[in-house]
Amino acid sequence: MNLKMAIKDFPIEEYVLPGSAACPGCPATIALRIVLKALGKKTVMIVPACCTAVIESLYPHTSFNIPVMNIAFEAAAAGAAGVEAALRKLGKNDVTVLAWAGDGGTYDIGLQALSGALERETNFIYICYNNQIYSNTGIQRSGATPYAAWTTTTVGGKKEFRKEMGDIIRAHHIPYSAQTCISYPDDLYNKVKKAKEIEGPKYIEILTPCPPGWRFSMEKTVEMGRLAVETGVWALYECKNDVVTFNGKSRLILENKIKRVPIEEWMRPQGRFKHLFVPKKDVKRIKALEEHIEKIWERYRKYYI
Amino acid sequence: MTIMIDTGNYIAAKAAVMAKPDVVAAYPITPQTTVVEGIANYLEKGEFTGEYICVESEHSAMSACIGASAMGVRTFTATSSHGLLLMHEMLHWAALARLPIVMCNINRVIGPGWNIWADENDSISQRDTGWIQFYCSSNQEIFDTIIQSYKLAENEKVLLPVMINYNAFILSHTSMPVDIPDQREIDEFLPKFKPKWNLDINNPVTFGNIIGPEYYIKVRKAMQDAHKNAKKLIPEIAREWKKKFGRFHGDLLEKYRCDDAEYILLAMGAIAAESKVAVDEMQRKGLKIGLARIRTFRPFPKESILQLSENADLIVIDRNISVGSEGVLFNEVKAALYHKSDARVNGFITGLGGRDVTYKDIESMCRKTVEGKANECEWYGI
Repeated sequence: MNLKMAIKDFPIEEYVLPGSAACPGCPATIALRIVLKALGKKTVMIVPACCTAVIESLYPHTSFNIPVMNIAFEAAAAGAAGVEAALRKLGKNDVTVLAWAGDGGTYDIGLQALSGALERETNFIYICYNNQIYSNTGIQRSGATPYAAWTTTTVGGKKEFRKEMGDIIRAHHIPYSAQTCISYPDDLYNKVKKAKEIEGPKYIEILTPCPPGWRFSMEKTVEMGRLAVETGVWALYECKNDVVTFNGKSRLILENKIKRVPIEEWMRPQGRFKHLFVPKKDVKRIKALEEHIEKIWERYRKYYI
Repeated sequence: MTIMIDTGNYIAAKAAVMAKPDVVAAYPITPQTTVVEGIANYLEKGEFTGEYICVESEHSAMSACIGASAMGVRTFTATSSHGLLLMHEMLHWAALARLPIVMCNINRVIGPGWNIWADENDSISQRDTGWIQFYCSSNQEIFDTIIQSYKLAENEKVLLPVMINYNAFILSHTSMPVDIPDQREIDEFLPKFKPKWNLDINNPVTFGNIIGPEYYIKVRKAMQDAHKNAKKLIPEIAREWKKKFGRFHGDLLEKYRCDDAEYILLAMGAIAAESKVAVDEMQRKGLKIGLARIRTFRPFPKESILQLSENADLIVIDRNISVGSEGVLFNEVKAALYHKSDARVNGFITGLGGRDVTYKDIESMCRKTVEGKANECEWYGI
């Protein structure tokens, strides 16, 4: 089977139907469209409280052409475990179970259920679409929100650095985990496709730059994702059976073949960092975030080269 | 049929396995632990062939049951006290999703301080979740009610989750002889679950998305209608059971020596079992008193209670309290009679924290009422 596929070769079938209730420029919808193309018709999706619970639109309508079960905020992985057990008992081995949650439902409130499902070797794909905030409730801080970012609950900028979800996931030593970003559809598609073929728990995290949440204009969604990777704020990698491989530009950054773009380039277009640039530049905090990112890369280089 | 002498919890495990659930998801908590251990042993021996998910919390236990039930398979779980409270959000979810999950709850005290004995505040505080609630008074009743509950829950006119409650230790850890029917007979009584709806890749439906007020109120009304249907079906199922197995534990409530009674005692769970002894004792001494043992707290047997009040005054014993109000059963019994009956109702709150309530205690509460010395609602055994 050809695991590497270019955008032009993606299946023509659409499982995210026209007429969703997403915001203009919504990265979650872009991500979901590609994910479901990779997974196909035989997929059951479990959605906790997150933007997708809105995107899917109002009863009696839906914007998804696969069976979807909504579940409480912290319960995506546990609900998926129940679906997976039922499928096993029914002998339906060709159906993929997809838990699709935001960073709030993954990093924070849903972490316990996720850890439990990974430890129990649940045969499912858990995808966290990470927009670095509680966006559905109107832009509050999450464990994934970067340092210094404005949210409605960190009005002067977040005082803490984000947690490293990838490290937490890898501590479970599951067969496959990966980080990707909507700005690299082929990377996203191929990672999901790869996960689909693997038995056991799989975790994929997709960086999804959110126009209203990050305060940038809606046509810049893809660009903001690219800048996140180029500045090293986000890394594209995958971990198969405990072997970590960096992908695309992240690999070049890891191997020092290209330099990270200064973090300001990613921050400046985002209104949530405006207080670091206006009325005067907050050099101290920009530097603190830059150094934090550099430390992460030093760690990556220490362990993964 | 065989006789099995065992504790309430092992009997519950036996009943659960004989109902052939496809998925069991559970988390251990004292005093429920021997239910999950019992099922694990049946799994090891090959007598339980379903999937067993040892989840990391009760919240996940109920969430996993919800996921499995939405796939259209039969599910079971068991919990107690704080475990039930942790499930609270998902109890609502299961009922609103109209999933026929069956669960045992072993009634135990809520902390602090830590206390593992009998007290019904755990399940009583889940009163408004939409679950059907049974309260059992013997191990035989636990077995029979679990099997009957699946038949009730999975009925198209009901499609609601069912909680089977029984008191910590008094039943959960006390051995009693129980008639166990053959598996074939159980299978005849309880056929395989045929879901009306389930998550299906050939019929892709989005379940539980945003719903406006115009539809939501209908969802609630449908649940209420389902409880009304359950009121009719619970006696039907109990009588079908009686016909097949010769045992009957009552309809929504069980009347015990109520003929010509001037007073009727109302109680649930283990206190209701002890009340039978108290009623025998008091009738022997010439007191005209009977017992109405509440078998289902939800749906609430309002009509039957009203009927009982036509010729008798009522005495209600609660092993729970709605702090700031009164005993919950007492409260609901009075509401059932409002504007329709002149019967006097006296209430007692007792047995909290696992305080032992003997037939002598029950007799003295009744005597105090009969002698006109009891306040409308008072504590006993402080």
